[in-house]
Amino acid sequence: MLNKMNFKKNRNQLEGYSPSLEETSPSVPDALFNKCPECGRVTLSAELSESLLVCPKCGCHIRIPARKRLLALCDEDSFEEWDASVYSKDPLDFPGYAVKLKSSRLKSRETSAVITGRGKIAGMDCALFAMEGQFMMGSMGSAVGEKVTRVFERALEQRLPVIGFTVSGGARMQEGILSLMQMAKTSGAVKRHSDAGLLYVTVLTNPTTGGVTASFAMEGDIILAEPGALVGFAGPRVIEQTMRQKLPKGFQSAEFLMEKGFLDGVVPRTEMKEKLTTILRLHKGGSSYGSV
Amino acid sequence: MDPYKRLQLARKNGRPSGRFYIENILTDFVELHGDRRYADDPAIMAGVGLLSGHPVTVIAHEKGGDIRDKAHRNFGSANPEGYRKALRQMKLAEKFGRPVLCIVDTAGAFAGMGAEERGQGQAIAENLMEMMTLKVPVVSVFVGEGGSGGALALAVADEVWMLENAVYSVISPEGCASILWKDASKVKEACSCLKMTAEDLLEMGVIEKVIPETQPETLCETLKAQLDMAFSALSAMTPEERCEKRYARFRRLGVFGE
Ligand SMILES: [Zn+2]
Repeated sequence: MLNKMNFKKNRNQLEGYSPSLEETSPSVPDALFNKCPECGRVTLSAELSESLLVCPKCGCHIRIPARKRLLALCDEDSFEEWDASVYSKDPLDFPGYAVKLKSSRLKSRETSAVITGRGKIAGMDCALFAMEGQFMMGSMGSAVGEKVTRVFERALEQRLPVIGFTVSGGARMQEGILSLMQMAKTSGAVKRHSDAGLLYVTVLTNPTTGGVTASFAMEGDIILAEPGALVGFAGPRVIEQTMRQKLPKGFQSAEFLMEKGFLDGVVPRTEMKEKLTTILRLHKGGSSYGSV
Repeated sequence: MDPYKRLQLARKNGRPSGRFYIENILTDFVELHGDRRYADDPAIMAGVGLLSGHPVTVIAHEKGGDIRDKAHRNFGSANPEGYRKALRQMKLAEKFGRPVLCIVDTAGAFAGMGAEERGQGQAIAENLMEMMTLKVPVVSVFVGEGGSGGALALAVADEVWMLENAVYSVISPEGCASILWKDASKVKEACSCLKMTAEDLLEMGVIEKVIPETQPETLCETLKAQLDMAFSALSAMTPEERCEKRYARFRRLGVFGE
């Protein structure tokens, strides 16, 4: 399979990269090497997988499949998936949507653009969701909205904190107004969970934009982001069109948002588990001083 | 009527925007300004007035009258401070126990550099969360354009109504056309695909009511009477009942398989 060495220049997308922790369909060839989209360094796929797809040379955070991320984050064998059977329909009979859904399922090997469930992090129970960038750019339609809503509703019932990883191009245009309604629906569920005194941590990854930014991505009690992640409401191209000027370098990057006060931290992927563990530990059950 | 015609009507120059409805539905209106954090956003007008004698908070997009006013109000496209100004008024309404009337008329939240720097996404997200549990009745009326998150940030309500020729969409038809067909001129097709008319949204259960567009004066009288009735009915519920119903209203929206 050496012939499948991939030299795509496509940013944050190593085609042919095969997540080692999930079932792989035999039709998808494994690449033995991967090339960093930023610096061009060629790394053994196994080594890159070990470093959670962070380039060992330049530190570029290559997009990681949602399932791999969750399995790497949770204690071994602790992740239990929820609502894996929820899938998107085509309520508006939107041109090309059915085909796009099909190809996204094949490409991502997932049934929707978000994976949800519960698991343990350093022994601590939490509810989790991770969006899948290979599934229509992690866009939010009814299926994503429903699954994310259920995460918060179930976490509320089971009194669990929620940790969520976002990557999204925004609302899913192909479901029309129904996709917009998912912003309100998910926000309502986040609010109820929050009002019950439960913790919600979001981790924004590259890119997080549009309707997801303007709903549950920005609603965390604590908001972290991966280095270099693009985070915004409007996409850079739209802003450039509006302003009729080029955007300065680094505009809407995680580091930029940090400076503007919209993030609690920019955390490299390789240190994320440790950071989340500490945060979870610090929020375990109320005040030790008694009722304050 | 075909959806593209409706879009043109919704955007038509001279079509009444927020201010017109405030002035013709409420009496004793006192405009209140600013978000107390950064600025006053003229794209959103807000304040308190009397609706058939009852104090209500009103929050409205205003696109502007003449060209100078339009520029001043950024054509009704709010910056984050606009949404924060709206939230501040909602919190005041909650404190003083009066209902909230939102009048929506925007092409969308502004996509500028300043808007991004000051957290457009965060501002909208906060409104969505806070409106869901706002203790007082909220009714949103779409009077022209309802563009995406910028419209929704004033529309997490107990009831959402639309004027007959208003539109409400997740993306502008131009944006949709350029993504879908790489051709922004296919706006007509996009309008049909997006199902953005009041009629369509009523059928999908996304809105409660379509208000027929009669002459402006009679239209305002109709709105006034209907709002008065709606607020009376909503006020008969407890805040808990209202919030539960509001949550359920949005909770059921979505079509998926399982
Ligand atoms: Zn690199």
